[in-house]
Amino acid sequence: MLKDQNRIFQNLYNDMGSDVVSSQKRGDWVNTKEITANGRNWIINEIKESQLRGRGGAGFPTGLKWSFAPKELGSRPHYLVINGDESEPGTCKDRDILRFEPHKLIEGCLITSYAVQAHVCYIYIRGEYFVDGQKLQAAIDEAYEKNLLGKNAAGTGWDLDIYIHYGAGAYICGEETALLESIEGKKGQPRLKPPFPALIGLYGCPTIINNVETIAVVTTILRRGGKWFSSLGREKNTGTKIFCISGNVNTPCNVEEEMNIPLRELIEVHAGGVVGGWDNLQAVIPGGSSMPLIPKDKCETLTMDFDSLMTEKSGLGTAGIVVINKDQDIIKCMARIARFYKHESCGQCTPCREGSGWMWRMLERMAKGDATKDEVEMLGDVTNQIAGHTICAFGEGSSWPVQGLLRHFKKEIEKRNNLDPIVQKKNSIPYLIDQHLLDKKNA
Amino acid sequence: MSLRRPAKDQPESFEFNSSSLETANSIVAKYPEGKQQSAVMALLYIAQRQNNNWIPLAAMKYIAKFLGMPYIKVYEVATFYTMYNLSPVGKYFVQVCTTTPCMIRGANKLVEACKEKISENENELSTNKSCSWMEVECLGACVNAPMMQINDDYFEDLDKEITLEILDKILNGETPKPGSYRGRVNNEPKNNRKTLVDFKNA
Repeated sequence: MLKDQNRIFQNLYNDMGSDVVSSQKRGDWVNTKEITANGRNWIINEIKESQLRGRGGAGFPTGLKWSFAPKELGSRPHYLVINGDESEPGTCKDRDILRFEPHKLIEGCLITSYAVQAHVCYIYIRGEYFVDGQKLQAAIDEAYEKNLLGKNAAGTGWDLDIYIHYGAGAYICGEETALLESIEGKKGQPRLKPPFPALIGLYGCPTIINNVETIAVVTTILRRGGKWFSSLGREKNTGTKIFCISGNVNTPCNVEEEMNIPLRELIEVHAGGVVGGWDNLQAVIPGGSSMPLIPKDKCETLTMDFDSLMTEKSGLGTAGIVVINKDQDIIKCMARIARFYKHESCGQCTPCREGSGWMWRMLERMAKGDATKDEVEMLGDVTNQIAGHTICAFGEGSSWPVQGLLRHFKKEIEKRNNLDPIVQKKNSIPYLIDQHLLDKKNA
Repeated sequence: MSLRRPAKDQPESFEFNSSSLETANSIVAKYPEGKQQSAVMALLYIAQRQNNNWIPLAAMKYIAKFLGMPYIKVYEVATFYTMYNLSPVGKYFVQVCTTTPCMIRGANKLVEACKEKISENENELSTNKSCSWMEVECLGACVNAPMMQINDDYFEDLDKEITLEILDKILNGETPKPGSYRGRVNNEPKNNRKTLVDFKNA
């Protein structure tokens, strides 16, 4: 288990208070000036050396992303946008950062803004987190009072203003370009990439977009060194991560742990084990609802990081672990996820708008055992028609969980759904079934 | 996609009151000059708060004029985002999360409780007209499942009995205590904390 002094979020459970004074006791805002005095290149190189990967789901190297921002400030201002839209089912880590470690985030915003030369930073928080957003706003006000924000923020010589922008219940706004559209006051429909936001983003200006957790760990990395961060975890999957363990476990919780920790350790040690014992485990969704599930036999040895989950044809995503035990109907669980995606599709691309509803309706029927044999194949076909044929990654996100179900639980679906579409000599069957095949003789 | 339509009975006119106007102006100032359209989402929230938790078409027209943008653009935003209520809801607006992580921990029991106490159908006012409920997608408190939101507050780690108690309270006009109902602090593992233990005892 990770040692407590190596945990970045010391106040994850709010034992010590989230105000600026107690945050300073934990080491925030102590030597911000000295950090920025090392210069932009030093900051970006240190983050590159730490091999920090974005915590929002895609796992893109953060240092590399920052280096895409134009080196010279042109006629257009630069913006920093923090993505706190957190709507992926199974994920609730950013909420704890917003309410219990707001100063880690605010200081991270200042240092990142300095590194990418932004004077304005917008923090996009999902609308449901209104109370938590108010807590962050209180922390921002506190920081302004202590001159840690505003003109010459924290004595760094850099001016920065931070504003909160609330979302209004659209999952798709967690996609970075949809988020920008939403800040601009439009419907949250993703834009085509390229151009990438680092060059043409918010209001057409260069914009760096990072997840809340990514920015909140930046200050600690710079204080303790990129080497310290990369010594945790394993090559290319370094550092610590907040895991959210939910579902059928005895003590669901958020916990910060080292990358590459065995899944079984997370579940048994921190989450108090699966309800009904380890043998009662059916499957695990390892990284939020859009990642394909993993059946029990693979869970025994699975380690939690980006690359090892990739080899299992799944992904770490946001590290929202949903444990499903054998008391649950796995097809129903996936049908509910499909309904979520049907509800949240933005409607811009046809394959996703129509396909997500199609998958949901088929899965609902399969859960009841009302589907025909060949629909199982058809379901797989529909997922392939969606994935990769949409503007944003929502297409993949909605079809991967269904593909995961088909990959690992196909037998169970087939066992439950063995209706034969061609029914011999039964003319009373409704017209849905291919009657014309029966009527060949008459034709 | 979710299909959303405005209510049939619409008030004739809408205007911000003075406190809403003040907040609205301070929000518009957050965005660069000429980009006041960005404030539309926040302004819709203000209108919703002022108008008993729902947004009439007149408010959209008012906001469009206020920000100097086409009415249809405001309408688009108001119908796209699900947190804007386009028809009247109760003073206590109960939202029950039923997405998979909550579902497998028994969110359907919470729905049953709502049906018993508030109304048989979603988006229907209770008999005393103070309360309505609906099922929603993931509210982002999965380790506290099952949970529900009443107006701004989260009520976590529920079961059917506790939900019935909470609903009784709001139907009587009381304000129940938000947060976890499982006797734990925030998102820690209950009675099983292995990390940051020194701080807990400090």
